[in-house]
Amino acid sequence: METRYFGKPLKRNEDHRLLTGKALFVDDVTLPGMLHVAFKRSDFAHGRILEIDVQAALERPGVVAVYTAEDLGDYHQPGPLLLPAPPIEGAVFHPRMQVPLAKDKVRHVGEPIAVVVARSRYIAEDAAEEIFVDIEPLDAVVDLEGALDPDTPKIHDDLESNLAAHVVQSKGDFDSVVDKAHRVVRRRFFYDHGIAAAMENRGIVASWDARDQQLEIWDTTQAPIAIRNGLAGMLGLAESQVRVVAPFIGGGFGPKIMMFYPEEVLLPWISMRLGWPVKWIEDRAENFVATTHERAQIHEAALAVDENGKILGVEDTFIHDAGAYNPYGLTVPINSQCTLLGPYDVPNYRSEFTVVYTNKTLVTPYRGAGRQHGVFVMERLLDLAAKELGLDVVEIRRRNFLPPDAFPHDHGLIYQDFSSLVYDSGNYEPALDKAVKLIDFAGFESGSSEIEPHKRRGIGIVCYVEGTGIGPYEGAKVTVEPSGTVSVVTGVGTQGQGHFTSFAQVVGEQIGVDPTKIRVVTGDTRLFHWGAGTFASRGAVVAGNACHAAALDVRKKILKMAGELLEAPEEDLELVDGKAQVKGVPAKAIELGELASLANPMRGAVEPGTEPGLEATTYFGPKHGSTASGVHAMEVEVDLETYDVKILRYVVVHDCGTVINPLILEGQIQGGVAQGIGNAFYEQILYGDDGQLLNGSFMDYLLPTSMDVPNVVGDHVETPSPLNPLGIKGAGEAGAIPVGALFAQAVEHALRDEGLEILEIPLSPNRLFELLHDREGIASTEESGS
Amino acid sequence: MDTMTREHPSSQQPEQGTSSRQIPITVTVNGQKRHGVVEPRLLLSDFLRHDLGLTGTHVGCEHGVCGACTVLMDGDSVRSCLVLAVQAHERELVTVEGLASGDTLHPLQQALRESHGLQCGFCTPGILMSMVPFLEENPNPTEEEIRIALSGNLCRCTGYQKIVEGVALAAEMMAEGSSPEDVGGAES
Ligand code: FES
Ligand code: FES
Repeated sequence: METRYFGKPLKRNEDHRLLTGKALFVDDVTLPGMLHVAFKRSDFAHGRILEIDVQAALERPGVVAVYTAEDLGDYHQPGPLLLPAPPIEGAVFHPRMQVPLAKDKVRHVGEPIAVVVARSRYIAEDAAEEIFVDIEPLDAVVDLEGALDPDTPKIHDDLESNLAAHVVQSKGDFDSVVDKAHRVVRRRFFYDHGIAAAMENRGIVASWDARDQQLEIWDTTQAPIAIRNGLAGMLGLAESQVRVVAPFIGGGFGPKIMMFYPEEVLLPWISMRLGWPVKWIEDRAENFVATTHERAQIHEAALAVDENGKILGVEDTFIHDAGAYNPYGLTVPINSQCTLLGPYDVPNYRSEFTVVYTNKTLVTPYRGAGRQHGVFVMERLLDLAAKELGLDVVEIRRRNFLPPDAFPHDHGLIYQDFSSLVYDSGNYEPALDKAVKLIDFAGFESGSSEIEPHKRRGIGIVCYVEGTGIGPYEGAKVTVEPSGTVSVVTGVGTQGQGHFTSFAQVVGEQIGVDPTKIRVVTGDTRLFHWGAGTFASRGAVVAGNACHAAALDVRKKILKMAGELLEAPEEDLELVDGKAQVKGVPAKAIELGELASLANPMRGAVEPGTEPGLEATTYFGPKHGSTASGVHAMEVEVDLETYDVKILRYVVVHDCGTVINPLILEGQIQGGVAQGIGNAFYEQILYGDDGQLLNGSFMDYLLPTSMDVPNVVGDHVETPSPLNPLGIKGAGEAGAIPVGALFAQAVEHALRDEGLEILEIPLSPNRLFELLHDREGIASTEESGS
Repeated sequence: MDTMTREHPSSQQPEQGTSSRQIPITVTVNGQKRHGVVEPRLLLSDFLRHDLGLTGTHVGCEHGVCGACTVLMDGDSVRSCLVLAVQAHERELVTVEGLASGDTLHPLQQALRESHGLQCGFCTPGILMSMVPFLEENPNPTEEEIRIALSGNLCRCTGYQKIVEGVALAAEMMAEGSSPEDVGGAES
């Protein structure tokens, strides 16, 4: 199809505001009489609260109020469970949810205990420091594997142990292939995923207007509609009394979809109670302990192969760290469990996971959301099997790909959206071939690893799939205004993904309007209040298709009206440059704005069964998620004096179906790769045995800089999804998912003369040094990666 | 311990007992003289954002690592979270709001849009205010030089590649003296 806007690398509509400092972020909201909030948080990972004394804080000039759990009365409720137990036979699930302010017990460092409201943030913080909290410390549960020992203290006293969940999923019969297998590779893997560290911390402004009986909230959330509905319920308000705005958000990456954070529950309540607007902006130190993490899993896994390297089966048992509470259910471990299968034909699979509570910050999805862990295990097993069989790493992958005629492919497992894990479409070999070529795999393999006496070069190549674009649904409203301006409104929030542009492209394509003339609004519940939110790489897929559907409905209305007015059959009309015109006869045309005026007559009746205006609100819900896929490859140089790893070349070949805007897609991939590199070599949240976070600042927790992230050479393959009219698959997480696996493979390859096996991520210069000098030390301790 | 509240402080005139002194300061921001009365401990970033309403300057870490808060002080890049407002007294400041002239974007602003050098845009003001003086000092930088200059600014969205391309493009545009046109889109 010849397209005008769709699929084009258009520059972004939103950039002008962002580049001139005019975009509104939550911390930019200022309201008359606004007060500021700071929190007193727990310094202990685990302990009983014996006493809280707020008197000194309250007496500080400029302080307006101090609240503890007791002041909240019935409002003090555990947050909602966002996702119930998955419909998997035999699944055990003991959810426990966070509370707005800790009452009898604290369960992680950073858990809020009291909240101060004051004239300025400076005063509020001074006062928070004056709150006296007497805590009787309890032993902290930090080690995943020790969490279930009988003599380990319990985090939730009403549970029998620190077991949060236990799930087994299987297909075929792994045990039956073990004896037949030519080789069974069995290893223990440690994979730790870092924190999202969006450049903008979280923040909330809440304003209750007693005269209007309206509550307005600005929130750095990825799910404004769910926040609105939930808060209305908690506060006893009608949903229509609450407006939640997610304005420009400075990066989301997952933790901003977690709800309800204690601060989100408290600020609106405080505003209603005091009758003044209140603002809380998280600082970076708080972000490290109060915004959710993603963290480690420990896997014991086995791969059975025949003599040709064909996979006979996989078995995996892993432990997952929930942190202190698990409102987000089992999304992360289920993603690990399902994504492990990758693009491969795995006839027999048994996967069992145990989720434990620990005295650490909550774990909820962060870009990749557990997929990294699964991909790492599978890719490493394949590398190890290849080595045993004398196959190269490309060949073993090629031999195990699901063939293009295997789709839709039903794995017989339950996925994070609780529907069955079905791959909608895929074509994996062309992507692998392209990546092999781009990185010049064959050329490299023949060379030696030693470049200079202290430098070794290695190469790696890994594959992955990503379940994206899950339901339930999103909606969009498209309106042509009498001025000719087109507005598009959707419920999803946006955190930098370019929705103001890509949605405009989708709509512009259908109604013939230049996307720069289309105004997209996202994340304001007053303008649109149906939808689920931005997560699981679903914005473009689900909301994008809703925009498409609404645009098609408006297109129909335009054609019908224009056909009548221009006295031409609809098939003879085209929509170009904001006009409806008879094909090839620009003289016979009418502006869309004029049509919009005519569609809203001041006299006469709107015919029964029709609606005024050129407007449509339409919804889209996919049957299940669409599966994107890709191949990453890189060449590295390891310095044996500093143990630094330099990435010399990086290649991504990606398939996310039809592409709306290749420029934005490239940006998503490159940004994802950068976060993957951080995860693989720079970032790790470290806890002491007492549950204290040891590296809670950007001086200690290293994010990759422009010196660490290489240029990415990209290419793609397009296998459209049959599950949505636009054929889109999500792309938001693809860049990040396989980087850990790739890093391990390439570094191991560079050090092939040392015979090192890398079974853990993250690495770091220190950790590489340790691994090379202490061959016992494979994933020996959880906290050893510093 | 219910209702541990007092009156809204705006009703307590004047504020009694605040320990700290209030100091009058005058700064020139984006060519305009601005006055303020501030506590000695007030950060320049907070002064700009909250007292002067110049919210284009962003705060990402408040400990001098991320660079989001970068502004120009007497022509040099400084991290406004590491400067006290009182230290800016009688100094000349430029923030991101002062970069474009009228509707005409600075070449670096244009170039970053061209190259898709921003996603969420939160780091962008700091990157602009770090790279503008860099380009003035080094009008013809290599990729390596750009990467070194950029390494004091964290961006979590882009992976830096397109920012580096944008800075290189800006250098080209500035060298050609290509009269920068406003490339603003729907929202200009
Ligand atoms: S906010 Fe100033 S450097 Fe991060
Ligand atoms: S564009 Fe989001 S942090 Fe740089």
